[in-house]
Amino acid sequence: MSQTISDTMSRKRIADIADQPMGTAMNQAAVRNETNSQPLTLTVQGGVDKCGHQDLVHEIEISRGEIIGIVGPTGSGKSTLISDIEQFALGDTPTGRSILINGQVPKNEQRYDPRKKLVAQLSQNMHFLADMQVGEFLRMHAKSRGKDPNQADKVIELANTLTGEPISPEFQLTILSGGQSRALMVADIAVISDSPIVLIDEIENAGIKKQEALRLLSGEGKIVVVVTHDPMLALMATRRIVMKNGGMTKVISTSNEEQRIFLDIERVDGWLTGLRETIRQGEVVA
Amino acid sequence: MKMVVVAGTPGSGKTSVLMHAVKDLIKAGAAPALVKIDCMWTEDDLRFKRLGLPVAVGLSKDMCPDHYAIYNVDEMLGWAKEQGAGILLNETAGLCLRCAPYPDQALAICVIDVTTGPNSPLKVGPLLTTADAAVMTKGDLVSQAEREVFRERILEANPGCRIIEANGLTGKGSSEFAELILSWPEISGVMTLRHNPPLAICTLCTGELRVSKEHHRGMLRHLDGFMEYTGE
Repeated sequence: MSQTISDTMSRKRIADIADQPMGTAMNQAAVRNETNSQPLTLTVQGGVDKCGHQDLVHEIEISRGEIIGIVGPTGSGKSTLISDIEQFALGDTPTGRSILINGQVPKNEQRYDPRKKLVAQLSQNMHFLADMQVGEFLRMHAKSRGKDPNQADKVIELANTLTGEPISPEFQLTILSGGQSRALMVADIAVISDSPIVLIDEIENAGIKKQEALRLLSGEGKIVVVVTHDPMLALMATRRIVMKNGGMTKVISTSNEEQRIFLDIERVDGWLTGLRETIRQGEVVA
Repeated sequence: MKMVVVAGTPGSGKTSVLMHAVKDLIKAGAAPALVKIDCMWTEDDLRFKRLGLPVAVGLSKDMCPDHYAIYNVDEMLGWAKEQGAGILLNETAGLCLRCAPYPDQALAICVIDVTTGPNSPLKVGPLLTTADAAVMTKGDLVSQAEREVFRERILEANPGCRIIEANGLTGKGSSEFAELILSWPEISGVMTLRHNPPLAICTLCTGELRVSKEHHRGMLRHLDGFMEYTGE
């Protein structure tokens, strides 16, 4: 069975991680946190659900290095919560929630100026609408974020480790497949929108290597908020916020038992990923 | 009296963004009145009236809607005063993108749809380049990277312009928009336009139906860019 180089890499990494206890993987993030000199906390202050009832979770504080999940049925308000965080709501959105950074109301420039933005967001959008070439678009995005335009090449290189058919800088954005678009969006966030808070809306439906993508986006000492229905991703988080009818109803900490189950899921997922790739490459499953 | 002119291409979300801002203005204790200008037909006045503010409609019919809006500014201000309003909101129906219907003292808002692509800020001309603020709509339909590239393009067209990311469905950005309106100074004395209207009056403007060149007089521009006055 032949494999792409990136696939071998990702399998090896999954194997490395699976060999160590879950706690170790999580603690690495905590260690990175200490090495980062600037402390950062994100606080979500509760608002109201769709019927105007108070959020049962009045306040939740998230620190650097933590991955936090948002779970709940379709229509329960997961994307709305992500959107409250993305725009640093100040009681001025339909939910009435407020977001604090380091315990304080964020400055206006932190809310609006992409050069000072603290938040990178991977939304559910599967396609680009801009009629531009990939390279030109990425150079322009780097400029908007005050970064070196030459990082465009790095983004494409990284995106190509996450997706099937390679993306070229001369491609029009609009011809990319759903998987290629998502891979490019992930790589763009990892390289260009390198912000300390990363918001991810359902990476599992993206047609890319979800766990690799999540690790890329998590980076070093970041706050990661991930909306997910996927058991593996949900259990990768240290805690998860449960949504119902638009409201935050409770926060569950990932238990030791769940961390143990995570290792089982991860092994099964690695196996399934291998099988999927074999079938994708037009080979026979042995 | 404060005056706000909201312009933008058709379907960009002017009405939806304004509806949310009106709610915020009323909540803040302000007294807005609204004049909706369209070309042929509109039903938006019914939507606005449900919000409980005075609403008037102007249909420009055979006149250019931007010229119509500019020509009727005094009348609109007089009407708003009669209604006991402190803020005149004027939604225009700008179409040809050569004029900008912005009096100098009014708050000039250009509503612009992100899904039209990163070249559109370069296409809309004085409507955007002479605006005080650009309101970006439909940003939820594209990635964050696309929103930021679009934002950069707006700043290329109008450096220093304030940018508000809004969503006409959820009301995102409307409180920021309403605050900007409330902080804007009152108008006083003589107002002039920020941008000159295009140098254009030709026989087509006055109803000529025949297509070929020989039937036309006035300020005319050839495909190769040559501009001339043909006539007496």
